[in-house]
Amino acid sequence: MKLTRESVQRVATLARLRLTADEETALAGELDRILGYMDKLNDLDTSNVPVFAHSNDVSEILEKLRDDKVVNRPNTDILLANAPERDKTFFRVPKIIE
Amino acid sequence: MSLSALTLQQASEKLRRREISSVELTEAVFQRISAADDKIHAYLTLARESALEQAKQADARRNSATQLSPLLGIPIAVKDNFLTRGVRTTCASKILGDFMPPYDATAIVKLHAAGAVIVGKTNLDEFAMGSSAENSAFHPTRNPWNLGRIPGGSSGGSAAAVAADECLAALGTDTGGSIRQPAACCGIVGLKPTYGRVSRYGIIAFASSMDQVGPMTKDVSDAACLLQVLAGHDPADSTSSIRSVPDYSAALNGDVKGICIGVPKEYFVSGIQPEVEKSVRAAVQELAKNGARIEEISLPHTEYAVAVYYVVATAEASSNLARYDGMRFGHRAEAKDLTETYMITRAEGFGAEVKRRIMLGTYVLSHGYYDAYYLKAQRVRTLIRRDFDNAFTHCDVIVTPTAPTTAFKLAEKTQDPLQMYLSDIYTISTNLAGLPALSLPCGFDNDNLPIGLQMIGKHFDEATLLRAAHAYEQATDWHKKTPTL
Repeated sequence: MKLTRESVQRVATLARLRLTADEETALAGELDRILGYMDKLNDLDTSNVPVFAHSNDVSEILEKLRDDKVVNRPNTDILLANAPERDKTFFRVPKIIE
Repeated sequence: MSLSALTLQQASEKLRRREISSVELTEAVFQRISAADDKIHAYLTLARESALEQAKQADARRNSATQLSPLLGIPIAVKDNFLTRGVRTTCASKILGDFMPPYDATAIVKLHAAGAVIVGKTNLDEFAMGSSAENSAFHPTRNPWNLGRIPGGSSGGSAAAVAADECLAALGTDTGGSIRQPAACCGIVGLKPTYGRVSRYGIIAFASSMDQVGPMTKDVSDAACLLQVLAGHDPADSTSSIRSVPDYSAALNGDVKGICIGVPKEYFVSGIQPEVEKSVRAAVQELAKNGARIEEISLPHTEYAVAVYYVVATAEASSNLARYDGMRFGHRAEAKDLTETYMITRAEGFGAEVKRRIMLGTYVLSHGYYDAYYLKAQRVRTLIRRDFDNAFTHCDVIVTPTAPTTAFKLAEKTQDPLQMYLSDIYTISTNLAGLPALSLPCGFDNDNLPIGLQMIGKHFDEATLLRAAHAYEQATDWHKKTPTL
């Protein structure tokens, strides 16, 4: 299977990445080679093998979930300090509805 | 000898006896950084002022408190993917801009509670994606043993800082070998604990089912000492284990008698540098000489590990990195509408390798490919885990090379992503299986570059792992060799 530039563009849209024409061409070749390498997984019959879920015992984890209560009350100024744009106590973002 | 050349525990002993103060020790570390870091470029951000303040507080605490941590007053470097309140955190990416974390990672909280001094933030491959530290958006880091070589990655800055005495010990993270491979390249000790042993809260997520925090140190007992402080359950990380934490330093009795060491035959195949194989085989002999029982074992699915990893890790990364959209923090591009803003922000903010992995991860999760790649890989991951479960029914520790070669030259593999991925061939399986593993020095190649020995332990059995590594270290003096800058 050869990865086309069209499929690279389709994936880039899903990933919200604007690629240049040069990047698209380069990625088509690179991803094709890497996916080709991954095809070796098809050598193995895994029809009776379960999908890996967690490396530790999950029951152990379920026992110790903390209570769902606020322990770190949000501080608006601290949380907004890294905002690219803010307006009083809000994040300012581009218009969503035209 | 400069104070910065001391091991963590040597310095801790001198502090305890009041032969030195933490302020003196911290000043010595910053002097060393001034002299060496123009060549090494291990750090992205130095926190001199806050470090000296922490050192002063540590000295004061020594005079007033009774229960003192061995980390009290010890200068430690931190990989720049740990959130540090008030200290810029970049993950070596342009997309985070001058991000100032609103809180500390749990590992950092624990260091502060123990009274450690945070020297600064070290360089890495952007978002911890890489094996050479060359994917940093800022600058590459150089290997202290040879400035033309890479320090390994992704925790390359932390490894180089430890090797060049620009700190006493460091923190790294390891998703596919990012603590162990740079530790091998720089001739230091690097430990990736069992998945769940150390909290991941506040480390910038790459592949959440494999990311793990660990110590990078000058010797094995320092690694035990630092792990002791880091390990334990954290309510803020639901994947951190509630199992009790044993006394790691107490496990270091210098004895490997009766321990069964497995040597997997699949790890000594084509592509391995002959001097690496020779040194690792010699290390196995040394362990045998000290009373360990050696057994050849088989991990039959080893050859599939790299393929599984680069499906699973990129899938998780593409999801984790969706949060970098320029809305609430970091870089935001100017564009005509919201979708364009997202797309251009991410295009400008991410480097080539991060884009490649996001693309790969999005592809393997996309409609029509999810079963063929992602689910298939997660099934093979189960087989890899079973290989280890089988081996550990009769072995206590598995010994392998950490990396197939010693540190390669800068720019040698940057044009060939697949070759770069294959640098992780020996380290990746343990992340897929969630097992603890460490790298420690076991020799030098003909170019005087360090060779790393990897030891893999049973689930949550860091104690036996550290014990075997410590016994080997006691029997050899590789860890005492230091680079001359």
